[in-house]
Amino acid sequence: MAFDKMELNDIEVWDGNYAAAQALRQAQVDVVSAYPITPSTPIVEGYAKFKSDNFVEGEFVMVESEHAAMSGCIGAAAAGGRVATATSSQGLALMAETLYQASGMRLPIVLNLVNRALAAPLNVNGDHSDMYMVRDSGWIQFDAYCPQEAYDLNFIAFKVSEDHDVRIPAIVNQDGFMTSHTAQGVHTMDDDTAFGFVGVYKPMNDMLDFEHPVTHGVQTEEDWHFEHKARQHNDMMSIVPGKIDEAFAEFEKLTGRKYNHVESYDMDDADVAVVCMGTSVETAREVAKEMREKGVKAGVVGIRVVRPFPFMAVAEALKDVKAVAALDRSAPGGAAGMLFNEIAGALFNTDTKLLLSGYIYGLGGRDLTKAHLVELYNELQANADAGKLLTQQQQFIGVRGPKLAYL
Amino acid sequence: MLEIRWHSRAGQGAVTGAKGLADVISTTGKHVQAFAFYGSAKRGAAMTAYNRVDDEIIMNHEKYMQPDYVFVIDPALVYTSDVTVNGKEDTKYIITTHMNREELIQSQPKLEGKEIYTVDCITIANETIGRPIPNTPMLGAFMKISQMYDIEFFKESMKRILKKLPQKIIDANMIAIQRAYDEVK
Repeated sequence: MAFDKMELNDIEVWDGNYAAAQALRQAQVDVVSAYPITPSTPIVEGYAKFKSDNFVEGEFVMVESEHAAMSGCIGAAAAGGRVATATSSQGLALMAETLYQASGMRLPIVLNLVNRALAAPLNVNGDHSDMYMVRDSGWIQFDAYCPQEAYDLNFIAFKVSEDHDVRIPAIVNQDGFMTSHTAQGVHTMDDDTAFGFVGVYKPMNDMLDFEHPVTHGVQTEEDWHFEHKARQHNDMMSIVPGKIDEAFAEFEKLTGRKYNHVESYDMDDADVAVVCMGTSVETAREVAKEMREKGVKAGVVGIRVVRPFPFMAVAEALKDVKAVAALDRSAPGGAAGMLFNEIAGALFNTDTKLLLSGYIYGLGGRDLTKAHLVELYNELQANADAGKLLTQQQQFIGVRGPKLAYL
Repeated sequence: MLEIRWHSRAGQGAVTGAKGLADVISTTGKHVQAFAFYGSAKRGAAMTAYNRVDDEIIMNHEKYMQPDYVFVIDPALVYTSDVTVNGKEDTKYIITTHMNREELIQSQPKLEGKEIYTVDCITIANETIGRPIPNTPMLGAFMKISQMYDIEFFKESMKRILKKLPQKIIDANMIAIQRAYDEVK
């Protein structure tokens, strides 16, 4: 091969951004088309550096905006290459139109989305409002809770997205700063093992296959639009979950690290549980253990696969719990939070009658402290003991000023 | 769990220092975390960086910390920010200053009653590395106060972490680490 391999230690101290950049190198991405934005920039910078140092054989396309960055990815993916990029917040907002093009055209692309608040007011810190903004865009979405998972899930994302039965682009989310700029130990794979997992890219309907000319990005009008969208949704619901299972299983065999659509921690006998995403899952796990020492049977449920949403697995994970908090790190703009709604939907036609309350927290990077979570678990336990909600259904955690509660 | 908070100005190398320390500790089998608050991210702005060290995998991602050690690598920050915030009774402070402990406490009464160590990382860095980058000297001082590792092991580890720098700069950093180790009081 024309590029150099890199020797890695078994454990490297990497932040989430560098872990993702290393994954793009090891997957030997052919084209990265990117525009920088905090806090995701070091991912594409990392790829560019690997390229200039001859550690990857690929193209780095510098463009004038995120709209162009994703357009470049779409062109390269249609041409028949392994393609990835990274963005955050306003960058994703500008990219939004082209995200729907990518999924509608069934192009496998991996987007590292380093979650950051959306302006106004301007803020580079982490929350999930960008993740939530594109949740109906037809992309598969994975969520990493720490740098290790940002590394691992990139390989899984390529594997699932590029499967010829799938061909749906995938987002790998990680918390801005809390994961992207936090260095922790990451268990690495060597270059051959990592590349072996994703394999040599096999294009399908690629435009550079001149023997088999195809058209991409067609206009269908009313005649075929609905059938295309229905097919896309059908594949998300019927094919993608199984392919994710296969990728998770193969990855576990290779590394010993096991992933699930829904991650359950201390849930076997839990009376009260917190459902959340990102770094909050890990902080909550630590607090749940401490609550158990105080006699509160606390558990944590983390959503690993945000889309396709693991509707049945969420219902299964929560079926024996008495009180549950849905934690949404995004301003819901006049509704219940996304997780509150999804969980309520997943449970409504079941026999489970738990007490569900929603909490908005951590906007713009506001710290979710262990003390907040202790208070939250105590509130859930009080609900469970009373057999009814003692609070309104929607509250805010960690915001200054008078207590806010709705619904 | 060992927790450290760095007080620095953006550009003085606190993030690099925190990540370097995490890297060294990780090679000994412990679990580590290194992160920072960037705030407005302007060179010269006051900022904080953090380390967590534990025998178990670190799952706590809260920014709130009651540090075991506070490192102050810019001498003015003891006056312009509260370096004692969220401190514990036994928190140890290693502060960059040209003053001795008594003069420092007299100039900043908030430090009265705290366990204070002083070392002039800025002068050490200027005289060895040739630039006022006080991060590696602070780690030398920390090795002395904490007795975490043998100083020779620590310097060998730092050579590996700094290996991409020119040899002259690596050598200067080793002298800086040793000087701070010897001079911290």
